[in-house]
Amino acid sequence: MTVVSPVRPTGGPTDPGRVVVVGAGMVAHRLVEQMLARGEHAAWEITVLGDEPYRPYDRVHLSEFFDGRDADALALAPTVWDDARVTLRTGDAVASIDRDEQVVVTRAGVRVPYDNLVLATGSWAWTPRTTGIELPGVVSYRTLDDVSALRDWIQAREDTLGRPLRGAVVGGGVLGLEAASALQRLGAHATVVEFADRLMSVQLDEGGGETLRVRIADMGVDVRLGTGATRLVAAPDGAVGLLVLSDGSTLDVDVVVFSTGIRPRDRLARESGLAIGERGGVVVGPTCRTSDPFVWAIGEVASYEGVCAGLVAPGNAQADVVVDQLLGGTAEYAPAPEGTKLKGVLHDGVPVEAASFGDVNALTPGALEVTFADPVAKTYKKLVVSDDARTLLGGVFVGDAALYSSLRPMLGRALGADPSAFLAPEGGAAVPSADLPDDVVVCSCANVTAGTVRGAVTEHGCTSVADVKKCTKAGTICGSCVPLLTKLVNTQLEASGVEVSRAMCEHFPMTRADLFALVKAEGLRTFSEVVAAHGTGRGCVVCKPVVASILSSLGVGHVLDPANAPLQDTNDHALANMQKDGTYSVIPRIPGGEITPEKLAVIADVAREYGLYTRITGAQRIGMFGARLEQLPAIWQRLVDAGMESGQAYGKSLRAVKSCVGQSWCRFGVQDSVGMGVRLELRYRGLRAPHKFKVGVSGCARECAEARGKDVGVIATERGWNVYVGGNGGFTPRHAELLAEDLDDEMLLRVIDRFLAYYIRSADRLQRTAPWVADYPGGIAELRKVLVDDTLGICEDLEASIAAHVEAYEDEWAATLADPVRLARFASFVNAPDTPDPDLAYTPERGQVRPARLGEVSDPNPVIARTIAVRPSDVEMEDAL
Amino acid sequence: MTRWTPVCELAALDPERGVAALVDGVQVALFLLDDGRVLGVANHDPFSGANVVSRGIVGTHGERTTVTSPMHKQVWDLVTGECLDAAGKDPVDLAVFAVEVRDGTVHVGS
Repeated sequence: MTVVSPVRPTGGPTDPGRVVVVGAGMVAHRLVEQMLARGEHAAWEITVLGDEPYRPYDRVHLSEFFDGRDADALALAPTVWDDARVTLRTGDAVASIDRDEQVVVTRAGVRVPYDNLVLATGSWAWTPRTTGIELPGVVSYRTLDDVSALRDWIQAREDTLGRPLRGAVVGGGVLGLEAASALQRLGAHATVVEFADRLMSVQLDEGGGETLRVRIADMGVDVRLGTGATRLVAAPDGAVGLLVLSDGSTLDVDVVVFSTGIRPRDRLARESGLAIGERGGVVVGPTCRTSDPFVWAIGEVASYEGVCAGLVAPGNAQADVVVDQLLGGTAEYAPAPEGTKLKGVLHDGVPVEAASFGDVNALTPGALEVTFADPVAKTYKKLVVSDDARTLLGGVFVGDAALYSSLRPMLGRALGADPSAFLAPEGGAAVPSADLPDDVVVCSCANVTAGTVRGAVTEHGCTSVADVKKCTKAGTICGSCVPLLTKLVNTQLEASGVEVSRAMCEHFPMTRADLFALVKAEGLRTFSEVVAAHGTGRGCVVCKPVVASILSSLGVGHVLDPANAPLQDTNDHALANMQKDGTYSVIPRIPGGEITPEKLAVIADVAREYGLYTRITGAQRIGMFGARLEQLPAIWQRLVDAGMESGQAYGKSLRAVKSCVGQSWCRFGVQDSVGMGVRLELRYRGLRAPHKFKVGVSGCARECAEARGKDVGVIATERGWNVYVGGNGGFTPRHAELLAEDLDDEMLLRVIDRFLAYYIRSADRLQRTAPWVADYPGGIAELRKVLVDDTLGICEDLEASIAAHVEAYEDEWAATLADPVRLARFASFVNAPDTPDPDLAYTPERGQVRPARLGEVSDPNPVIARTIAVRPSDVEMEDAL
Repeated sequence: MTRWTPVCELAALDPERGVAALVDGVQVALFLLDDGRVLGVANHDPFSGANVVSRGIVGTHGERTTVTSPMHKQVWDLVTGECLDAAGKDPVDLAVFAVEVRDGTVHVGS
């Protein structure tokens, strides 16, 4: 064999030359991105070799695969692969490294010579030795192929068994809980089996673990602690059927996910004779060089001081070090204290929060623990501080991890306030941000410090959070630091003399509330008038719908007026809510949740005829999904003919009034909550507001309608009604606060009229009532004075504006169907008005359809799609043979 | 050699609003502006994968005329197809189509 000395392509001996990266994961991508970003005039070319068939993808958000994000959508900024100096080879693993010849050889036999070799092979999913682990239906949860296999298995197995599946996840760590949530989302029941005495045992203390267990159990996931998997037993047809646990009990299972930890993929390094750490991994020093000066290691395969990192942030930091070293710099890797945050675990679509950093178990001598646990709200927060209570040593947050992103950068630093002040449920100490030292890491994923963020503003001319994200990459990976980033950027902008704009957009220099007052005072009636008087340009997606909403609230510009048509976003334009594939949902109003069998039959007929996916919505209504733009008028004609009307499920307006069954039937009810619910719904239907709003009515203090989670909550008392305002479910849940007590029916309506009219007048764009009430100067007490005691003398005016709305109400769909001009909007194509969008495709799921994902068996017609076989049947298979 | 396909009467278009048209199987989004110009871009929203660009809101960014995706609010220049705001993603431009109005009929070039 001829030995060929590696010859550098061009350039001098200090240039990086031919850089070969083994492994095409997130840190490999980071390395390439940084090489390009540095833009220095050194001679180099990079070849990245990956065994997976995909471009490097965002493994952090792997679970979003189940939301339809495929390999392309999850791919990390793919433009780096377009650079002429960069080559990416996927789907071919490296088989061996010849360090003497400085060449790697792939399984396919391709020989790639290198001047510098970077090992970025990552980890593999370790599983304990368990009998039966090879059975069909047992999977890992680490790669795109894993999650794809999991989805396919669940679909196929569900078809075979004809019932929802029973799933188990072995391992109750961050990834295991994410897998359990994924099982649920795929329609399977999930049990989590964890050998330790708590969930997230590496990151949480006992109290945090227990609170998380309650939260996970609330999701409907069974949690089995203190036991492990011993063996798996096959069902009669050979697939996995039973999981035997170490405590002797068993679980019936149709699918099992193992998530029991990771190990560095260091086989190549071992076989090529590089130094390997005691617990695995390629030994590197602070420069990230291995025992061979021409070989580097970064990410989870690199063992620094005996530890392999298991997160993306240290790997990115190491990639940056190697880039700097390759370009002749002297950067060194210093492990930053890391935190962990649970992600991708959803309870009814809302993330379950759990996070920690630092000395979680207060093992530092003299460390003090300050804990706030709320078993009702199911939150647990703990700060660990030094013996003088000054220095932050660690934190645990479960149920509400808002403090995590703001306090984690303060680790090892002076807190600046009494630790308990941070944990107080309301009126907590202001989280530090402005005075954060420059060297504090704000975004640990992209390894961006507070100083870098400030520099982006002062030296690189960034004038917004979006600019800073683009410039520094901060906040672009897991996103948990964005609130802190925003504060930091805005503070810096103000300090630099840049006025932080309160402008709605580039066309209007004022807030929505200020514009509302101007439009009202000056009696403006069209967008053209408004923009001529107070704005510039021709508007945009921000200000046009705001002006449309203001005009509608003032009763001068109906949603359907032709002059307003260009202002409406597609939902208000089509009077339907756009779904992910461009079709719409159809949701008729069902006041009080009361519906006759006759109306139900019409809904059933329509859904069957048009092949619409049908479900009960969260607002006690029936939604039909998948209606094409050109089908909406015919569908609504049927519903309107049957006595139904628009439910405004598409508008920034009243959605629905939820009520319990109340006095009429319930043995505890003290008022007629359904009757009041219907009355409120018919009063406020169609009312446009800065954001959508919801109302709830409970017939007694047991609060079965969950009214305090609504924008307006009404709860019956022996003497009348209590009204609460500013509640919210959604992303930031908040209980509504008491505005007035023991009102009779008429006074209740007047108080709600005033509240809604005042909110519509003075809230910011897209500001829901919860933050509006919370931010109102003086809070609920002051609002009570204005709305109940009428201290500003505006209540009459507020009531009049609602009265005008009630007077002018018409069903938007009935009005549209009666108007040929408006009906012309509902054409799929201007030159083929009834031709369906040829790209729509549906696939069957649980007896109905959903939009098909890439590569699935599908049909453009949802009625047909409902009956297609997902897999070739056995007969077809035989035919094919 | 540009081939012109007639798609509709100019009167069928609403000012500052879009419609979709099928031109040889290709979906084109057409917009009539306040100044009487008709502009054409691809109807396929590369970010969401849905054919919805024609249903976006028309506006301006500085001197440029824009359309915003109704799905996830990415913004493009209607004249050049350039992606002006990718909403945190990598920018992807839209193909643009030549449009001519002759004798009150809108033609799309291909």
